[in-house]
Amino acid sequence: MTMSPFILLHPDDNVLVCRARAEAGQSAIIDGEAVPLPVTIEVGHKIARTALKPGDKIVKYGAPIGSMIAAAARGDHIHMHNMKSDYIKSHTREATGHG
Amino acid sequence: MDSAHPAFRLPDLTTHTFPAWVRADGRKGIRNIVAVAYLVECAHHVARRIVQQSGRDDVHLIGFPGCYPNAYALQMMQALCTHPNIGGVVLVSLGCESFNREALASHIRASGRSVETFVIQNEGGTAETIRKGTEAVARIRADADKAPRGDMHVSELVIGTICGGSDGTSGITANPAVGRCFDALGAAGAACIFEETGELVGCEKIMASRAITPELGAELEACVQKAEAYYTVMGFGSFAPGNAEGGLTTQEEKSMGAYSKSGSAPIRGILKPGDQPPTGGLYLLDVVPDGEPRFGFPNISDNAEIIELIACGAHLTLFTTGRGSVVGSAISPVIKVCANPETYRRLSSDMDIDAGRIMEGRATLDEVGEEITALVLKVAGGGESLSEAMGHQEFILTYKAFDPTGPACLPLRRA
Repeated sequence: MTMSPFILLHPDDNVLVCRARAEAGQSAIIDGEAVPLPVTIEVGHKIARTALKPGDKIVKYGAPIGSMIAAAARGDHIHMHNMKSDYIKSHTREATGHG
Repeated sequence: MDSAHPAFRLPDLTTHTFPAWVRADGRKGIRNIVAVAYLVECAHHVARRIVQQSGRDDVHLIGFPGCYPNAYALQMMQALCTHPNIGGVVLVSLGCESFNREALASHIRASGRSVETFVIQNEGGTAETIRKGTEAVARIRADADKAPRGDMHVSELVIGTICGGSDGTSGITANPAVGRCFDALGAAGAACIFEETGELVGCEKIMASRAITPELGAELEACVQKAEAYYTVMGFGSFAPGNAEGGLTTQEEKSMGAYSKSGSAPIRGILKPGDQPPTGGLYLLDVVPDGEPRFGFPNISDNAEIIELIACGAHLTLFTTGRGSVVGSAISPVIKVCANPETYRRLSSDMDIDAGRIMEGRATLDEVGEEITALVLKVAGGGESLSEAMGHQEFILTYKAFDPTGPACLPLRRA
C-alpha cells in the first residue's frame, strides 16, 4: 500500500498537511495532479494546494489560520517565511531572549 | 507495547465502577496521596528532604514559593490540599513568610483530613524540622490509610486535558481523539475540563456557538479576548519555537488543533482555577488572570496548567503532545497521548497512547478515542500511567489574580 504523504483535512482548505516526510524533488499528488516538491517537507508541515498571493487567507480544518505575506506556487512549503497570524505574532527560537 | 489494550472491551460507562477513597465531603479519590507542602521557597529544601526521607511514591511535594501574600495562591493550596486524591497533609513554613498557614491548616482539618504544621524557625532549624516532619508523614500516612473505601462511578470523575509541545500532527490525531474520549466520558456524566484560553484565540466564535446559554457564549468570547489582550502585552502568544519546528505557523492554527480536544458536546460553563465543576459534562477552565496584566505570563509552563486543572478537582489529566513532553504531576496522574508517529518511535517509553497511528492510517480517530477512554478507566482503577510509574511528580504554582466567577459563567447548579 502506498499512502500519499499529504492529506486534505477539509474540502475548503487551500493547504495540505504532511503525514510522512517527503523529499525535495518527490512529487506530491495535489487534486489528482503530480506536483514536484521544491523542498523537503517534514511531518506536520503544510504545502500549498493552489497558487497563493500576499494577503490570501490560509484555510486549514475549514477555518482561517492566518494570511500570506509572500506569493507561493502550488506545492510550496507554507510556513513562517510566507505567512503570518491575523492575531498574535508567532516567535521562533531566534526571537527568544528579549521577551 | 500494551498501550493499545487490544483485548480490552470498553465496559458500559454508565454502570462501570472502580474502587476509590471516599472523602468526608462526598467526593471520591482515585489515589490516596500524602502531600508535603512548603509555604515559601525558603522551606522548599526542608519539605523536599521530608518527602525523600519518607521513601514512598505516595508522598508528594507541593508548595508555593512566594513570600508576598496572594489570594489566588491560598485558594489554590486550599483546593489542592483537599483534593479527593489527597489523604492528608504536612505543612512546612519558614515562619516569617506571608502565607496564611493557619487558614490553610484549618481548611484542611475542616475537610476531615489530618494535617500537621512545622515552622522551621520554631522547630530548631533544618535538621530538626526534617526529623519531625518525617515522623509526621508516617503518622499522617497511617491516618490516610484508614480512609474509607467505596465504589466510584464514571459520573463522579473529573478529567482535565491539556496539550504541550504541540505540532502539526496534534490537531489531526491526539487532540480530536481526546475529544472523542471527552464526548464518551461526558455523556456518562463525568466532568471534562479543557483549558488555556490563549490557545483558543481564533476559535472564539465557533466555541461560543456551543455554549448552553447565549450569556455563557458571550462570556466564552470575552475570556478569549481577555487572553489575546493579555498575551499581546506579554509580547508572545502561547506559541513556542517547537510548535513552529513541528509545522505550526500561527497561534490560530495551533488554536484550531487545541480546540479539538474539547470534542463536540455543549459547553456547560467557565471555571476559574479552584472552582469545582457543578455538574458533569464539558467545562472550559479560564487560566488567564483578570485585570491589568501582572506577575508575568499566565502560566509559565504546562505543569502550572495541570495543577490548575487538579485544583478544579481533576482526578487525572489527558496530556496530548506532538514534539514529546515527558511530564507528569503531583496529586493526579497524567496520561500522555502522543500525536506524532515519529515522536512516538523516539519516546515510546514515555507515551501511554500512540495516536500517531492515525497519521499513518494504522488506526482511526474512533479507535484511539476508545483506547484513551479504556486507559482512563484503568488508571482511575489504580493502574499507573507511564509518567506516574517513572515518578514524575512535577508541581508549579506562581502568582495570579482573579475576579470571582460571574453568574453567566456557571448557569447550572449542582443537582
